[in-house]
Amino acid sequence: MAFRESPFGELKVPLAWTAAVALIVAVVVAVALLMSDRRETFQSEAYGVTRQVGDAVAAPVSGALAAPGRWTGLGMENIRDYLFAVSENRKLKAELKEARQWRDVAIALRDTNDRYKSLLGLKTEPPIPMVAARTVTDSRGPFANTRLANAGVEKNIQPGNPVMSESGLVGRVIGVTRGASRILLLTDIASRTPVMIDRTNARAILTGDGGPNPKLDYLRGKAPVQQGDRVLTSGDGGVLPRGLPVGVAVKGLDGRWRVILASDAAPIDFVRILLFQDFSQLEKAQKDELDKMPVPPPSGPVAGVGVAPVPGAPVAKPPTTITATTVTPAKPATPKPATPKPAAPKPKPAAPKPPAPTPAPTPAPTATAPAEAPF
Amino acid sequence: MLQCLGWTLAFGIPLRVFTLQLPEPVFCMVPAFAWAVIRPSILAPFGVLLMGLILDIFWGSPVGLWALSLLTAYGVILLCRNWLVGQSRPMMWAWFAAACAIASLAGFLFTRLDARASPSLIAVFWQFLATILLYPFAHRLIDRFEDADVRFR
Repeated sequence: MAFRESPFGELKVPLAWTAAVALIVAVVVAVALLMSDRRETFQSEAYGVTRQVGDAVAAPVSGALAAPGRWTGLGMENIRDYLFAVSENRKLKAELKEARQWRDVAIALRDTNDRYKSLLGLKTEPPIPMVAARTVTDSRGPFANTRLANAGVEKNIQPGNPVMSESGLVGRVIGVTRGASRILLLTDIASRTPVMIDRTNARAILTGDGGPNPKLDYLRGKAPVQQGDRVLTSGDGGVLPRGLPVGVAVKGLDGRWRVILASDAAPIDFVRILLFQDFSQLEKAQKDELDKMPVPPPSGPVAGVGVAPVPGAPVAKPPTTITATTVTPAKPATPKPATPKPAAPKPKPAAPKPPAPTPAPTPAPTATAPAEAPF
Repeated sequence: MLQCLGWTLAFGIPLRVFTLQLPEPVFCMVPAFAWAVIRPSILAPFGVLLMGLILDIFWGSPVGLWALSLLTAYGVILLCRNWLVGQSRPMMWAWFAAACAIASLAGFLFTRLDARASPSLIAVFWQFLATILLYPFAHRLIDRFEDADVRFR
């Protein structure tokens, strides 16, 4: 039956009214979607399947679109390298000369730092594993500042992972799918990052507003920041590791303190995604490290390996107790008298050090070190 | 619509020319304005909604933000349609700028409500400026429809 012959064939509706109804329905749908969206949370479910599919499609397409621009940039760089090779060489030589002096200073400082750490028994953070990725899209508008990187769940990236360029912190991951992850930049309106001023140790929250220079909010104290102060992540809240470079503080035209981001110094085409979740991850890494320590033979009264003795706990024979310091790769099985020496504390720090990569044969329990650490 | 989304994708690549980034105009304002001027339609609001949602997903903004902003501008132009019809090109350009301003203002307010923080007005202004330069494309779209055979409308 043709449409004209149907009972509804002659039905006519006013076009303006139906268009208005359609507009209202569309607005209601948009409002509902906007109210239900929570893109800035750490919950991977909040990111949504639609976004994940969108990112998974956009990443390879944008990667292909960006390729000609990338090749052109590389070509230009090659030409520039060729033309300015001599002046570049002179500049690098001068830099190398200066860097050699700094290297000597750095070695001395590292040695001092290691000694202080062992004296204080300072709990240092183990190195955080990271993944390199290339950014393929870039949204720079006032309401969203995000980037899409071409590495995803297959590389163990998770929401909340910090992202760095070669110069400084870029942002954090807010959504991951196969082959792509969405990075919320520090400049995004939803971005809040706990930071500190390097000089005064003053804390602040770095708040994005869609512009190129995010604000420093919640600054406390008298003159906590000056023009040119270095801004680092504070690690407060456990979301980001402490001490990542963020940028330099400047006074904005609106009279507020803002930050010139260190990551703006160079294009963010390649980024490093730190596989950092929170500080419990670091605790676990340290525990795993301790668990890897050589286990002493079962014979003999072993109070504990790699664990500091509980104060007040009864120790039957203190000299025979093995602590972490006694399992250092020493001379193999040197016969020593069984009678313990008087517990004279050695000047050598007894704080547990990470085990040597090559586990040496565990010597027989000997009374070489005191049960109680001198520090 | 597909062309607008294609251009959005092309302008989303992380390219810097002499340390300057590409601008980020809202290409989807072109059909949103032109469809409202051409005639009221049932499908057009859903087309605008779809474009806005795709923009939100591609740009990583809250889903529904650009959809709602574009629909607000579309609705206002639809209401004022009787004043727009038959106007000269510069006047229409001014109307297009007004539509872009409405969409930017709506985006500003919705973001303020959603994130409880004010976006940078300078960044909003730069995007507005880049978007109003797209009016010639909207004009072409309107002209194409006005020159078409009325029997097929």
